[in-house]
Amino acid sequence: MVVNASQDDPEKARRFREAALPYLDDAYTLARYLLRDAADAEDAVQECYLRAYKHFDSYRGPAMKPWLFAILRNVCRAEYARRKTAPTAVEELPEGREQTPMWNEAPETPEKQLLRRFDGDTVRKLVAALAEPFRETFVLREIQNLSYREIADVAAVPVGTVMSRLARARAMLRSAWLAEQEQVK
Amino acid sequence: MTCEEAEVLIHALIDGELDAGHAREVEAHVEGCAHCAALMKEYQEIRQAIAESDVRYKAPLELRRKIEKALPQPQAAPSRRSVLRGFAMGSAVSAMAATGLVAIVLRNDDEQRIENEVVSAHLRSLQAGHLIDVVSTDQHTVKPWFNGKLDVSPPVIDLTAQGFTLIGGRLDYVNAREIGAVVYKRRQHVINLFVAQTANTERKAAQTSTLQGFNIRRWSDRGLNYWAVSDLGADELTEFGDKFEATMRANKEG
Repeated sequence: MVVNASQDDPEKARRFREAALPYLDDAYTLARYLLRDAADAEDAVQECYLRAYKHFDSYRGPAMKPWLFAILRNVCRAEYARRKTAPTAVEELPEGREQTPMWNEAPETPEKQLLRRFDGDTVRKLVAALAEPFRETFVLREIQNLSYREIADVAAVPVGTVMSRLARARAMLRSAWLAEQEQVK
Repeated sequence: MTCEEAEVLIHALIDGELDAGHAREVEAHVEGCAHCAALMKEYQEIRQAIAESDVRYKAPLELRRKIEKALPQPQAAPSRRSVLRGFAMGSAVSAMAATGLVAIVLRNDDEQRIENEVVSAHLRSLQAGHLIDVVSTDQHTVKPWFNGKLDVSPPVIDLTAQGFTLIGGRLDYVNAREIGAVVYKRRQHVINLFVAQTANTERKAAQTSTLQGFNIRRWSDRGLNYWAVSDLGADELTEFGDKFEATMRANKEG
């Protein structure tokens, strides 16, 4: 993995380092949740930074973090596609499921008692268990703190879709949270 | 507004993404609807719980190294070199003076950048679970751990008797190179002591500076550059540096 000679501009590299490397942990975190595999996440982030560096000349904004995430997401989509043809493809929701109204999801009446707190590992597990594309939307919002507009740009969907996906993601996470709580009682 | 609509819109309300008019409508619904009010409260609690738990990952050092390696390596910016050449056009005397001046400017600039990176590395290390690669209060465990991982062997000394507890070591990344970090603790304060090789074997007396609220004490001795970074007060960090240097001298003489 070596950047070709025409890209070999130390000043550009310095600007890129300063602008993009502070988000390395953020990018890696997103890749971990999207791909649910440490080695694949590492490869994806590396590829993302190489592509970002290549296109850095034409970068004029938006903010660096969503710009990197949009590139990273494309890299991860390619990885999904590769897995689909592999025998151990991850499950994807069939088209249309996204439209299922969420009030079919968790009809139980919310309880009065406070929700139980879980340790980091358990929370990571619950988030990682969310189905795509809800997991992606959820992680961009709750862990990466992107606005709806930024999420819409990263995921290339309308803002309304971001809102409905996020509502579904939170409803699913709430059900999983309550189920986990039931289990450890 | 129906519950079905509200169940979607409460999320945008929680996230502060609704305009004032819609926010009022959703709030009015939630006030009059126990079901939606309870749901919203739960969502807020989950949100809070996630914000407060350690759900992030730290990029492995190896990944950072691979990306750094793929990028063109940093050099003195050409603009500065042309400044230097510009000065050199003058008389020999002024050229020498100018070279000295520019050398100082360059070094300060470089030091500033490295101090920035050292503070970033310190901050990264404070994220949960990222502080130490080898956990040990025993210098004879920490020191050999660095063998083969770095081109230098960072001195690891026990300062427990002096009030600074050795808690372990870590590999980190500063100035596009792997660097050793020896980790000490005083009360609840972490001190990262970064150690890197330098071509210059001259001893340089310690200087203390402050960056982003952290104190940095840096010195050079026998071909090694040291940066101690901590949120400890400048006086206590100075004490740390003094005791470290004194113990190093005693070890050498003894």
